[in-house]
Amino acid sequence: MNVESTAALKACMPADYKSDVKPVWCPGCGDYSVLLAMQKAFAELGTPPEKIALITGIGCSSRIASYTTCYGFHGVHGRALALGTGVKVARPDLTVVVAGGDGDGFSIGGNHFLHACRRNPDLTYIVMDNQVYGMTKGQPSPTTDPEWQSALAPGGTGIRPFHPLVIALASGANFVARCFSGDPNGTAQTLVEAIRHPGFSFVQILSPCVTFRPEQKEWRKVVHPAPVEATDDPARAARRIMSDDNFNIGILYRGSRPPYRPKQSETKIAVADLEREFAT
Amino acid sequence: MPAKSQQGAQSVSVALVGSGGAGVMTAGTILLDAAAKAGWYGLMTRSVGPQIRGGESAALLRLSTTPVECHGDSFDVLIAVDWQNFTRFAKEVPLSAHSVVLADPAAGAPPATVVDIGLQIIDVPMQEILKKVAGGRPNMLALGLAAAVLGVPDDIVTKVVERRLGKKGGEALESSLQSVQAGRAAAPALDGRFTLAPAADATATRWLMSGNQAAGLGALRGGVRFVAAYPITPATEVLEWMAPRLTKLGGALVQAEDELASINMIIGASFGGVPSLTATSGPGYSLMAESIGLAVAAEVPIVVVNVMRGGPSTGIATKSEQADLNIAVYGLHGDAPHVVVAPTSIGDCAVTSQWAVHLAEKLQTPAIVLSDQFLGQAQAVLSPPVDTGEGPDRLINAAPQAPAARYEVTESGVSPMTIPGVAGGQYISESLTHNIRGRPSTLADDHLAQIEKRQRKLSTFDYGERWADIDGDGPIAIISWGSCCAPIREAISRLNGGGKDLRLISLRLISPVQPERMAEALNGVKRALIIEQSHSGQLYRYLRAYYDLPKDTQCYHRPGPLAFTPGEIRDQIARMQ
Repeated sequence: MNVESTAALKACMPADYKSDVKPVWCPGCGDYSVLLAMQKAFAELGTPPEKIALITGIGCSSRIASYTTCYGFHGVHGRALALGTGVKVARPDLTVVVAGGDGDGFSIGGNHFLHACRRNPDLTYIVMDNQVYGMTKGQPSPTTDPEWQSALAPGGTGIRPFHPLVIALASGANFVARCFSGDPNGTAQTLVEAIRHPGFSFVQILSPCVTFRPEQKEWRKVVHPAPVEATDDPARAARRIMSDDNFNIGILYRGSRPPYRPKQSETKIAVADLEREFAT
Repeated sequence: MPAKSQQGAQSVSVALVGSGGAGVMTAGTILLDAAAKAGWYGLMTRSVGPQIRGGESAALLRLSTTPVECHGDSFDVLIAVDWQNFTRFAKEVPLSAHSVVLADPAAGAPPATVVDIGLQIIDVPMQEILKKVAGGRPNMLALGLAAAVLGVPDDIVTKVVERRLGKKGGEALESSLQSVQAGRAAAPALDGRFTLAPAADATATRWLMSGNQAAGLGALRGGVRFVAAYPITPATEVLEWMAPRLTKLGGALVQAEDELASINMIIGASFGGVPSLTATSGPGYSLMAESIGLAVAAEVPIVVVNVMRGGPSTGIATKSEQADLNIAVYGLHGDAPHVVVAPTSIGDCAVTSQWAVHLAEKLQTPAIVLSDQFLGQAQAVLSPPVDTGEGPDRLINAAPQAPAARYEVTESGVSPMTIPGVAGGQYISESLTHNIRGRPSTLADDHLAQIEKRQRKLSTFDYGERWADIDGDGPIAIISWGSCCAPIREAISRLNGGGKDLRLISLRLISPVQPERMAEALNGVKRALIIEQSHSGQLYRYLRAYYDLPKDTQCYHRPGPLAFTPGEIRDQIARMQ
């Protein structure tokens, strides 16, 4: 730990980021630990809450903005990355964190996910992945196993799950990691690195839904640290991720693409200068 | 036939037609620019098909001694480089027995529909003439013909050709100039009947601009510094014009992946404190609708310019209609009051967009600018639209005390906003029904208080005189909007006595409605005629629902894509008189 972050720790404690709103989440929901990890990460970064914009969509996990003391935006379903990109381009001085669930990010918001990876704005995208739509009470999401039984898909969807980490790599994300909510300290450390890393950082957090996917309580037993250090080679990272067991936890890829900033002109003018071009 | 004084015609309409790629648009733009420099006013619209290249194309111009923003009832002069595809846009180029056609016999016989009018057809052997000009260009020859027939001075045309085509290089420029001269030499005399009279005031400042450019200028004047863009005809020019200029003003434009993203990007940027805008047309607007509702609920100022085109669905992307009024006013779910404004002329696109930015920021709500394809894509020589001096003027609490009451219930309904980065002001911009602190709430009291506050801020605001332009004080009212206003103004001026029994109400503020101001505007009115370009009479039904109109109120409405002509409107007004 360097001197600078030690000083910051004194200024900010995790509790400084906790609001007085009681979460809507079920007892035992993995998202509580994600919230805790986020608060720890913010405290370690030493970024005061007013300098953080936490942008979310719709779903259980998207409620997280209200449970912090940061500036936040709880928008519509699927559009959090677009909102967050707008905030970051308009206000590059802010730390922008976008958060949501697997339905919000990979189904209704799938196109924005691809293009945020490709555009590479300097923000961190956290997806609390529980492989189910919880708020609407148990429908399959893009990351759900094809055999999983539900009222909306009796007999299972029969559709192979979406692989967010590989898609993120292929689309150009600059930092890719997988976390488990049951390890809030490890998750906090990964979030610190994700937020510090320039460009678009994507963090998938396996966050069990104890109500509609109670079998996910077993995730605790199967998750394990990634056996090797993160690579800066996207092809190697993709091969590793494609061949792992989906429970490989850690930072999997660190890229070095420069973050997105719209081009700025060297020439500066005033609005009145624009009038000249119309004169006949 | 153009009205002719001793010195010449007050207004002349010229159509330059040729297959796509023939370059008639370039010729038309140069002619309009030259006419502007020579002191006249004018208008140019394009008739283009959906093809990118090789489709139908016509440059439709009207030059005049006084400001003009619509086409006449028919075209005086038609110059055909070729007749390919002419039938596809013939209805947009109405001709009369007084019209003159200049065409190359080598390009084939004119269509029967043209010949049958009984007008004068003059052969100009364009291809043969151009054989004598190295690299000769038919469109430049047509330009020379038009300039000679209209009396646009040679030196001014030459200057504009040099300025606009100079970068093509010496040889290309030289052959263009020679083609223009060849056209001039080949032009028939026509007794000077299409020669324009001198402008009323040739020294008046005039600008050459399109409505889409004007909308962009107005937005920048109003303080917009972030734009998210997704291309769509006929709104793209708003975005393309703004893109390089925003960066010079310290702002930014992001090309989004779709309209769902562009609307949300501007909401995010505005949440960050930067006045923001996007521009689109019907299909894109439909996609944005959900998130425009978000901006209503979360009280985020944004401006959305909708340059209306023929609909529904993909419709006619390149042509005009006024059928998005319903979706602009009613298209959001829930009770979602917001602002809808509409420019009343090409130049007014600037004033109305600037006003929209001001209203959005002042009232912390979405403001929709309903322009239309005619206004947006027409290029006109006009009196410079004024800078109203209105800026964003957002109510900001710069020194907040935690906990911030972002959605505080105030008398005006507008709550002080805090901007991310400022300590003590943290709040959640919330799409859920919320309490004054932005905390999610399902309580009936919170729901009612917030709905009432959002309605109150719009209902109690004083929009001033700009809600409508009112001309005349006669007992018959014409109520209209958008690109319909110009042909109506001209129709009125043509009526006996200058239409003294009429008054024209050109609406600029569509929503929220202004019943008191309308009652005042209709004081002494016995009959009313509403004119609009929608098949279902959307404006008529809307005004009927909210305004106390005279018992005898009629409506003249039809869909696009053909623009109203002054003569068509005059006939409708005459029925009322």
